[in-house]
Amino acid sequence: MDCDRREFLKVGFKTLLATGVSIGAFELLKPEVLAALNKEKGLRWVFVVDTTKCVGCGMCVRACKLENEVPYETNVSRTWVERYVMTKDGKILVDSPKAARDGFIKNDPMGVTVKKEDIDKAFFVPKLCNQCEAPPCVQVCPVGATYQAPDGVVLVDRTWCIGCGYCIMACPYGVRFFHPLYRVAEKCNFCYHRINKGMKTACVDACAFGARQIGNIKDLEDPVARIIKTERTAVLKEEFGTKPHVFYIGLDSIVR
Amino acid sequence: MKNHVIRPLFVVVGLVALILIIRVFVVPKDFGVHERGYMFGWYRKSNEGDWKTFKIKYQTSEYCKDCHSEQYKKIINSKHAKVQCENCHGPAADHPEKPEKLSIGRSRELCLRCHAYLPYRPSVYAQLPGVPITLKMQDPNVHNPGIECVTCHSTHEASLK
Repeated sequence: MDCDRREFLKVGFKTLLATGVSIGAFELLKPEVLAALNKEKGLRWVFVVDTTKCVGCGMCVRACKLENEVPYETNVSRTWVERYVMTKDGKILVDSPKAARDGFIKNDPMGVTVKKEDIDKAFFVPKLCNQCEAPPCVQVCPVGATYQAPDGVVLVDRTWCIGCGYCIMACPYGVRFFHPLYRVAEKCNFCYHRINKGMKTACVDACAFGARQIGNIKDLEDPVARIIKTERTAVLKEEFGTKPHVFYIGLDSIVR
Repeated sequence: MKNHVIRPLFVVVGLVALILIIRVFVVPKDFGVHERGYMFGWYRKSNEGDWKTFKIKYQTSEYCKDCHSEQYKKIINSKHAKVQCENCHGPAADHPEKPEKLSIGRSRELCLRCHAYLPYRPSVYAQLPGVPITLKMQDPNVHNPGIECVTCHSTHEASLK
């Protein structure tokens, strides 16, 4: 084969270029790249809690318990509101009597009357299931009774749960409990029956103060997704690596 | 191999086979690994549908506004515009069939949920269109204790009667 140096270099360069381009094309067809291109069409439920707006009326807790048939007189609840009071002498009082079902109508955190001038800072923090992207409660379930739906919501299969309680122990946020009647693990599921019918969760509807909002983080037009992307939000217990999807505005370091 | 080794082995193999056969009948067809993978998506798919068909009880004020248009218009034009009817009247569920009548929350405690004075309760209310207003707060021990708020105040108008 007669091939001088010039010819050899020319062909060699062209071949290199051609391979480079074709490998680049394969890169585009990788499933994760395609998934990223489709991202805005997906559905992933997220929640935003604005603690600066919460007045501790507890209407959300009441609505949640009645909507989701969590026995009203029991102390367990899918959502609750915590009151944090930090006094000038460094004491931190935290309480949530009856999960704040009846609201906070007296200035008696943990049974102590605290004068206004003795308070450094105080506020209310609504809590609910964080619908984590890496939910430890799901990981520990030995029977596949609790799982994450494709839209990110963690659900419990009541017919499949054996009531072992591993998931209740595994949740770093303590959102899970035993349902007193069904005797299975119970948790907030973002009112799955409501959000799938175009409604908002019962707690979001009940809140007259706009402290709670629900949205789809994969929808670029969604106002709630916009808050998470553009405003200063934080999540609870980030160090656990659970990637919680309830974002808080005005979260303080004393909140646990 | 000797008989006393083979016989128990058959029993074990038979038991395993039996368990596998029972499993085929007991485990639902749609039980398996789904979208979120083995770690988070190992479940019975139809349970998603079970949760989606759970009964809705809180219907929101949109549900009330056609029959109770007069009251709806009143409250929507008041400072209580963002307060849902069902917050005080309880979940509508299938009203007017079931329940036929809803309760009316008139208790002092209900109003105090928002209007009792607490030093740490946010006092600025910015949920209504226009400039933020002050959230009316009262010390329940000083402001006419023992009397129901609705004696003097109209809830639907958020004003004095």
